[in-house]
Amino acid sequence: MSATQVHDTDGKPVFYLKDEHHPENSTMLGFWLYLMSDCLIFAVLFATHGVLGRNYAAGPSPADLFDLSLVAINTAMLLLSSITYGFAMLQMERNARMETLVWLGITGVFGAAFLALELYEFYHLIHEGAGPTRSAFLSSFFTLVGTHGLHVTFGIIWLITLMVQVKKHGLNPENRRRLMCLSMFWHFLDVIWIGVFSFVYLLGVLG
Amino acid sequence: MHRAAYETILDDPMFGDISLTQFIFGRLTWEAIPYHEPILVVTFAVVALGGIALLGLITRFRLWGYLWNEWFTSVDHKKIGIMYIILAIIMLLRGFADAIMMRIQQAIAFNGSEGYLNAHHYDQIFTAHGVIMIFFVAMPFVTGFMNYVVPLQIGARDVSFPFLNNFSFWMTTGGAVIIMMSLFVGEFARTGWLAYPPLSGADYSPGVGVDYYIWGLQVAGVGTTLSGINLIATIVKMRAPGMTFMKMPVFTWTSLCTNILIVATFPILTATLALLSLDRYVGTNFFTNDLGGNPMMYINLIWIWGHPEVYILVLPAFGIFSEVVATFCGKRLFGYTSMVYATCVIMILSYIVWLHHFFTMGSGASVNAFFGITTMIISIPTGAKMFNWLFTMYRGRIRYEVPMLWTVGFMVTFVIGGMTGVMLAIPPADFVLHNSLFLIAHFHNVIIGGVLFGLMAGVVYWFPKAFGYRLDPFWGKMSFWFWQIGFFFAFMPLYVLGLMGVTRRVSQFEDPSLQIWFVIAAFGAALIALGIASFVIQLVVSFLRRDQLRVTGDPWDGRTLEWSTSSPPPDYNFAFTPVVHDHDSWYDMKNRGYERPLEGFKPIHMPKNTGTGVVLSAISVVLAFALIWYIWWLAALSFIALIAVSIAHTFNYDRDFFIPAETVTATEDAHTKLLQERT
Amino acid sequence: MPKPFSLARVSILPLMLALLSGCNMVVMSPSGDIATQQRDLIVISTILMLIIIVPVIAMTLYFAWHYRQSNTAAKYDPEWHHSTGLEVAIWSAPLAIIIALGAITWVSTHKLDPYRPLERLDAARPVTEETKPITVEVVALDWKWLFFYPDQGIATVNEMAAPVDVPINFKLTASSVMNSFYVPALAGMIYTMPGMETKLHAVINKAGEYEGLSSNYSGDGFSHMRFKFHGLDQAGFDAWVARVKQNGTALNRDAYLKLEKPSVKEPVRYYATVDDGLYQAVLNMCVREGQMCMKDMMHIDMTGGAGKESHGNKAKLEHDNRHAADEAPAATFPETGNPARSEEPAEGVEENPATTNHDAHQSH
Repeated sequence: MSATQVHDTDGKPVFYLKDEHHPENSTMLGFWLYLMSDCLIFAVLFATHGVLGRNYAAGPSPADLFDLSLVAINTAMLLLSSITYGFAMLQMERNARMETLVWLGITGVFGAAFLALELYEFYHLIHEGAGPTRSAFLSSFFTLVGTHGLHVTFGIIWLITLMVQVKKHGLNPENRRRLMCLSMFWHFLDVIWIGVFSFVYLLGVLG
Repeated sequence: MHRAAYETILDDPMFGDISLTQFIFGRLTWEAIPYHEPILVVTFAVVALGGIALLGLITRFRLWGYLWNEWFTSVDHKKIGIMYIILAIIMLLRGFADAIMMRIQQAIAFNGSEGYLNAHHYDQIFTAHGVIMIFFVAMPFVTGFMNYVVPLQIGARDVSFPFLNNFSFWMTTGGAVIIMMSLFVGEFARTGWLAYPPLSGADYSPGVGVDYYIWGLQVAGVGTTLSGINLIATIVKMRAPGMTFMKMPVFTWTSLCTNILIVATFPILTATLALLSLDRYVGTNFFTNDLGGNPMMYINLIWIWGHPEVYILVLPAFGIFSEVVATFCGKRLFGYTSMVYATCVIMILSYIVWLHHFFTMGSGASVNAFFGITTMIISIPTGAKMFNWLFTMYRGRIRYEVPMLWTVGFMVTFVIGGMTGVMLAIPPADFVLHNSLFLIAHFHNVIIGGVLFGLMAGVVYWFPKAFGYRLDPFWGKMSFWFWQIGFFFAFMPLYVLGLMGVTRRVSQFEDPSLQIWFVIAAFGAALIALGIASFVIQLVVSFLRRDQLRVTGDPWDGRTLEWSTSSPPPDYNFAFTPVVHDHDSWYDMKNRGYERPLEGFKPIHMPKNTGTGVVLSAISVVLAFALIWYIWWLAALSFIALIAVSIAHTFNYDRDFFIPAETVTATEDAHTKLLQERT
Repeated sequence: MPKPFSLARVSILPLMLALLSGCNMVVMSPSGDIATQQRDLIVISTILMLIIIVPVIAMTLYFAWHYRQSNTAAKYDPEWHHSTGLEVAIWSAPLAIIIALGAITWVSTHKLDPYRPLERLDAARPVTEETKPITVEVVALDWKWLFFYPDQGIATVNEMAAPVDVPINFKLTASSVMNSFYVPALAGMIYTMPGMETKLHAVINKAGEYEGLSSNYSGDGFSHMRFKFHGLDQAGFDAWVARVKQNGTALNRDAYLKLEKPSVKEPVRYYATVDDGLYQAVLNMCVREGQMCMKDMMHIDMTGGAGKESHGNKAKLEHDNRHAADEAPAATFPETGNPARSEEPAEGVEENPATTNHDAHQSH
């Protein structure tokens, strides 16, 4: 924008561009704004957990329920998936379609493992009578962790879709842009999970 | 007996406990159709006959293809903007019908008379009135203007994400459809427009009303948030060369602030309503009285969204007034810089005042005083804005076209609302005024006197830009005077009633001395009805007289870029991207010898239309309906369909095309000819 | 153009004034000291703001008239758009008013905090050591008001009385949904919420019968959630208490649970005796047999919950679904004309509720 000539050679003001103007692509900004709005949803859920997190309704507390070693494995799965996504992006930069696909696939597997462990944990809790309707603490716990899990689920669906598209159309500009967006989304979920792990699990058990 | 919705899943035929009908229709039965309510039957008949007539006409004149190709699937921001405003005007009629019904009820329900509406019906009406007026009149109206005007004002060809724009519009419409459905299938919420729990919880409102409310707002909320993201990206990334932030027109500035507010608050509403629906559907305990739930949290969360929402509505109206006042005074806006800063300050402050909506909940004195004072501080930038408009008029040469009338009417009316607002911000004074008709009068004073007057000014101001002919000024003036005088008759009595200790949402009264005031208010509402009728007549008359009212690109001697192109603007808005030197850029161009380019046109890159937005929104409506009526199989099916269609849409890589240079040349030549004829 | 507009307003004005003089603006002429101070705040803030509002409206109308297009005598300066002096003035004028108002707000919010015990009976009389306040415990029920007088050992429904010039300490709660307790002549309103206690301190200075109501919408019967507030002299109050004792029945837990069910236009009821700790049980949502009280639950939660083997506690804490068994499944749904909650009237509800306080309650 700054390079635009505002006066022509005679010193008369220029009021229009004779050539086609190409504004910057807005996708990354737009997607980032979407992530921020999503972040606010999580903010509300975190705040809710902050308010309700100790309302056990004369029922079980985090110390009674959480298996930190399981959660630690779970966290490792998600963190590893972020790293492998990073490798996929590096391969994309090198324009290596097959390698990109392989790393995306590995990312998906880690994501699925994360989800499976989370579902196991939920099943286990509900089986113990500590379902989301037991107390306000459990309502907010299931909702916060579940919303994150739902995001990961959609992330995996999106990942598979993109893998098909990359396979079909190659690493064209559209697909690159989409991979960049998913990358932001995936790392964003990682950051949220770190919050969940620290505030919900660790502080829950320790506090 | 209420049971969490999920329990009915356990009852489904696989578990052998429920009939096939219940499996297929959920809790939807013939009882849900209010055929025993005469008011609703008549309404339904009128709507149905009107609908059939409209559909018949469309078919008769073979307009389906035209509507589908040129409008419904259009990604053109101008057409989407117009569709938003049409939606808003239709919903205004519905919301106003509710208002009239309340006014009549309150004027006659005295001396033991129940009036003509029982509590069951009346409670739905005031809830629907609030929800519709805020979410489906004011919001689409404002979004429509931002969509239409912002790209033109910043010299862009469209918004950043044209498909998303179409999708957003249809989601908003989908929300409106869901709310309207509740009129004829089932019932609407009886909770007040913000549906405070525990009243709105599963145990105290077991019917479908609150579910209609939740899903209507959720579907529309998706559209609103996405449209906010879209417009921020547009304003940040798509401005014409030379247009720095401090050279943006004021309306674009206020739009930017509004959209930041939208993106930073609507997710809070979405999350809050999601928690409420979990309470209702799954049986969680977020906002229940028991098992550790906390209803006060809902009230805080909903107002953290709700207060900025007020500014989401009023900031664009302030922007419209700024444009109108500069144009019709023939003068630069006084204090552009302080106007911009005032807007930003209002935007930021609007986040730290939410608690003033419930001083009476018993927070400590220091908390109340803090929020009271932050609320008052907002009146400083607002006051500065008021002075800026005032000093724009000073040494101006004011043309009293209809938009300017609305602006002067606004300035006089709004300050009264601002004053009563500051009174309500003093916690101890609020203790006697809260939830009273004084409060009702106050917020109608600022929403009608501020938002609605601004939107009406905007309609008259930009209509010639959108359609190429002006609106008939006689009926415009009639509309203004009926609204203005009607407003005072309708709402000044409510201030008085508030001071008489009368509170809101009451359907029957005992004290006969109140009645005269309600009768005056009903009379005021009738005047406003004439104002709305005049507005509709204005549209019809102008359409019939369009050849006499025809204008070229710049009918008002405008100052910003939208007036530099033809009226209506071509699909591509600008044949050549303008270069901007001043915030009144078109005024600057006219002043410094701008010559319209007549040749050298190039092919223009444009996005293609798509029907995906309509399809996704339609599926969302089905999904919402299924969830409201516990038709689980349909909910599952439509949810899968929603994802499938979204994915399928991403497999379409062919989304744009070029308008050939010849077409551009032909369009521009036609405009040139028109300009020559007019001069 | 603004001319017809101002004319329209001028012609309305006398009419408005005539009407205003005829009506009873209780908020502007209250009978309790707290409400009086709140009224004064409304007046002071209005005057302060009019300092700025009146000139703005006047200037708007004058500029709108003077700079009209047809008045070519008026100066026209299309480029004039900035004046530092003026900008400073237009920001600092509202700022000055808001500083004044802000100071008033800070002080008055603390002074008139509903939780703060009274320091004066009115402008002339401070509260002294000897002043003995009375306590009233208020419960908002669907859709009626229950008042406990713990010192007198009585309770009433939809009628309240208090001696003149004696501080009243209100403690308030609700049984099911949020309401707001409001006696405009006495003091500002305060929300009543289930499972929570709010407080209000007030005094009535003039004997008389005043309106009390719920000012926060609470469902179908909300419009009729009204009661009479009697300001009585000490002798009158004692007589009223005696009357309640003489005519009243017993308010035990069973009677409360029947009373608590939703009902509209409930007549006035008197209770001569009240079960020990009933108000506390209502506040803690444990009136029903076998329910766990909120405060006990909170105590357990403070100490880290009750562990995994505490399934039994859930049912003991369920409160909102207490009327579930009374209704046919989905009785209120969708449009059956029934209110949102049980239509079964509370005991003693009559088709045409008696206006007097006869003893309608029968124990069972």
